[in-house]
Amino acid sequence: MTKLDARIPEGPLKEKWTNHKNNIRLVNPANKRLIDVIVVGTGLAGGAAAASLAEMGYSVKAFCFQDSARRAHSIAAQGGINAAKNYQNDGDSVYRLFYDTVKGGDYRSREANVYRLAEVSANIIDQCVAQGVPFAREYGGLLDNRSFGGVQVQRTFYAKGQTGQQLLLGAYSALSRQVGKGKIQMLSRHEMMELVVVDGKARGIIARNLVTGEIQRHSAHAVLIASGGYGNVFYLSTNAMGSNGSAAWKIHKKGAYFANPCYTQIHPTCLPRTSEHQSKLTLMSESLRNDGRIWVPKKMEDVEAIRSGAKKPKDIPAEDRDYYLERRYPAFGNLVPRDVASRAAKERCDAGFGVNKTGEAVFLDFASAIERYGKEKAIQDGEDTNNMELVRKLGKEVVKAKYGNLFQMYEKITDDNPYETPMKIYPAVHYTMGGIWVDYNLMTTIPGCYALGEANFSDHGANRLGASALMQGLADGYFVIPYTVGDYLADDIRTGAIPTDSKEFDEAEKEVQDRINKLMSIQGSKSVDSLHRRLGKIMWEYCGMARNAEGLKTAISQIRELRNEFWSDVKIPGKADGLNPELEKALRVADFMELGELMCKDALERSESCGGHFREESQTEEGEAMRNDKDFTFVSAWEYTGDPSEAKLHKEELKYENIELKTRSYK
Amino acid sequence: MKLNLRIWRQDGPKDSGRFENYTAENVSPDESFLEMLDEVNEKLVAEGKDPVAFDHDCREGICGMCSMFINGEAHGPDRGVTTCQLHMRRFKDGDTITIEPWRAAAFPVIKDLVVDRTAFDRIIQAGGFVSVNTSGNTQDANSLPVPKADADKAFDAATCIGCGACVATCKNSSAMLFVSAKVSQLALLPQGKVERQERVLNMVEKMDEEGFGNCSNTGACEIECPKEISLDNIARMNREYLRASLSSEK
Repeated sequence: MTKLDARIPEGPLKEKWTNHKNNIRLVNPANKRLIDVIVVGTGLAGGAAAASLAEMGYSVKAFCFQDSARRAHSIAAQGGINAAKNYQNDGDSVYRLFYDTVKGGDYRSREANVYRLAEVSANIIDQCVAQGVPFAREYGGLLDNRSFGGVQVQRTFYAKGQTGQQLLLGAYSALSRQVGKGKIQMLSRHEMMELVVVDGKARGIIARNLVTGEIQRHSAHAVLIASGGYGNVFYLSTNAMGSNGSAAWKIHKKGAYFANPCYTQIHPTCLPRTSEHQSKLTLMSESLRNDGRIWVPKKMEDVEAIRSGAKKPKDIPAEDRDYYLERRYPAFGNLVPRDVASRAAKERCDAGFGVNKTGEAVFLDFASAIERYGKEKAIQDGEDTNNMELVRKLGKEVVKAKYGNLFQMYEKITDDNPYETPMKIYPAVHYTMGGIWVDYNLMTTIPGCYALGEANFSDHGANRLGASALMQGLADGYFVIPYTVGDYLADDIRTGAIPTDSKEFDEAEKEVQDRINKLMSIQGSKSVDSLHRRLGKIMWEYCGMARNAEGLKTAISQIRELRNEFWSDVKIPGKADGLNPELEKALRVADFMELGELMCKDALERSESCGGHFREESQTEEGEAMRNDKDFTFVSAWEYTGDPSEAKLHKEELKYENIELKTRSYK
Repeated sequence: MKLNLRIWRQDGPKDSGRFENYTAENVSPDESFLEMLDEVNEKLVAEGKDPVAFDHDCREGICGMCSMFINGEAHGPDRGVTTCQLHMRRFKDGDTITIEPWRAAAFPVIKDLVVDRTAFDRIIQAGGFVSVNTSGNTQDANSLPVPKADADKAFDAATCIGCGACVATCKNSSAMLFVSAKVSQLALLPQGKVERQERVLNMVEKMDEEGFGNCSNTGACEIECPKEISLDNIARMNREYLRASLSSEK
């Protein structure tokens, strides 16, 4: 149990990070040159970390499986990034951002980490603006803000619906600058296959060149895993096709504990699935809930009329519409946190009120916002506010300026015009709060191996608030790891380059080679995708928005069977010594087949409901999630012992000294 | 619907490549173009054949990874979208669709429809940044107001996804739209103005060195750009370049 020491600094919450930085060990500039750091993944966390560490003088090798570092999936984040700037003078502060994040996470995150995140948040905005990130501005030239779910202030900075893209390109430009200077060696189209541990410390990785198939050895004094989340366990998710959990899973099998794997975020506003051939789900930014109202018809006959096409949404009068979020949660309305909004949509659809053919869709309606904005604009322009045609025209222009690209994207995919008719949305897997267990320094249970961004578990508890993923990725990469990694590397200034001809590297490389040979030799009858799709169905059915003990047990046994089927009947064409996308997918899916089981095991163990984890056995009479603080105020950290089913549970007790544990209410 | 596909197959950079014919059956109009290709590939895998290699990742039009020349147009017949956002309702039963990789000397083919676009990365490495280190003491973001019009123009330029459609479309394989988008974004913002001269000179020099052609102002790049990056950026870059050439000490 001593291994699970979170190493939270002493002192009052507000002073912990400052004190820690003041007392942490440093590596002097001349010595940094002699130290190699590997960064796996080039999203916000990895890209920012690689750039910052190279600026400081470390020799960095960065890896990504995409053809360029600029394509990491952080790029797809739409809505924004939170920061406690209080530019809007609406009472925001570091403490409030901290409080909202802990509450939003349903009191399952670590206080000290979250406070630090809130503390550095303001500086992230400064840093990004200095890099030339074009955030949205007001006419006076100052930065604009919007509001997000689970929050009563406006603290979200944004760049239309492409905030992730702009922030990632900022980190990518910083990274590129260091590549140009020769401080970062960038290995794109390379995938980490294995971690190499020497004398108990992370000392390198085995990577595969995806173009040539070459298996390579790379050594370093520290290895940073910033490989994102594992939402693609579900096959259908808002993640990119290549997003995978393999780097995280590989370090888990080498000794890094996996924390809270069952905490999955199902995002409420995604496009509904349409058919079997669907390869992924598309997110519609949560920022749309600022202006969109969510509803389904009150009457079943209206539901049927809409499904058959006999009625259009417009034909349903206001009194026959059920704005169920406004009804159930008057204080937060359409801006309740994601887990609450998703479950409420599921509740209505399970009750039969879903508005499309599959019965799994609700309306997100902009008609009220268009009228409201149109009236404001008409008053400003001195136009007649009773001229509804003009008002709607003006209102559409305002909405277009705010969400134009999202509306365009919706129309391209669905062939429906959301300015005229409500969007149809349904929840989809989006983010994983669970991840590799890390201490306050972001170090895993393997010395010298760190996890950053979505890959770790640290800041979001059981549910992540909107616009907080970008904040955490950049905080970890720009402002946390550059300080904390030095504390560990200070011992390595005399170590010298780590040789790659040791027996540990030999063994790790052989493991990788054997695994690939085994996969290529099966030559069964099933495609990787077909098996992955089946895994996704099991996960969505039993470990999705609602879970129960019996279902989870069923899932575990089905996953085991499927895993056996995978290893005996998968078919991978082509060769291993060249570009082979089927082999790449197979290697990732093989890991999902194990990770999925651990997720179900964790969900089974945690018999309370909290955040994104809803256990049907633990709910109030009104169907709200019921937490059990007495028995479950801890982080579940799983140790690998040879098989996912044999994973050993370690508990990190969560202590709340600055926040009172309350029932989360948005009513 | 049923479609006839002519797809470019090329085993590696040194292979000469050829078109091969395939059919896609039971294609639903609601599928995306890439989902249609997924199905073709699943069939090829089932038959023990090598599936068609193509780049793709986010499948929501933002990562810039997908790159296909469809019936002679980058990202296919629709305007303002990437291939992953192109849907099959755009095609008719019985259509023949020709699919090729980006063709440009600076983008060598790796396999089938996959090309090497690292030349773009090297251009950014030559100057597509503001030389500011990560610092815990950066000045407050609001200490330097930026006129909204400039911020908006910078943003529009910054939406470039680096897919390479401009290069693939241009008869000269010019990368001017890509390079000018980055030059414009940073030249329009006060943070980027400090290094504007060196930046444009270095990036243009790198662009030439990588083997991209020159711009002859036909404007095809703007039309095929999935993010509708404006040709104005090229004009702005030309002004920046001229200004820098006349006054820079470099």
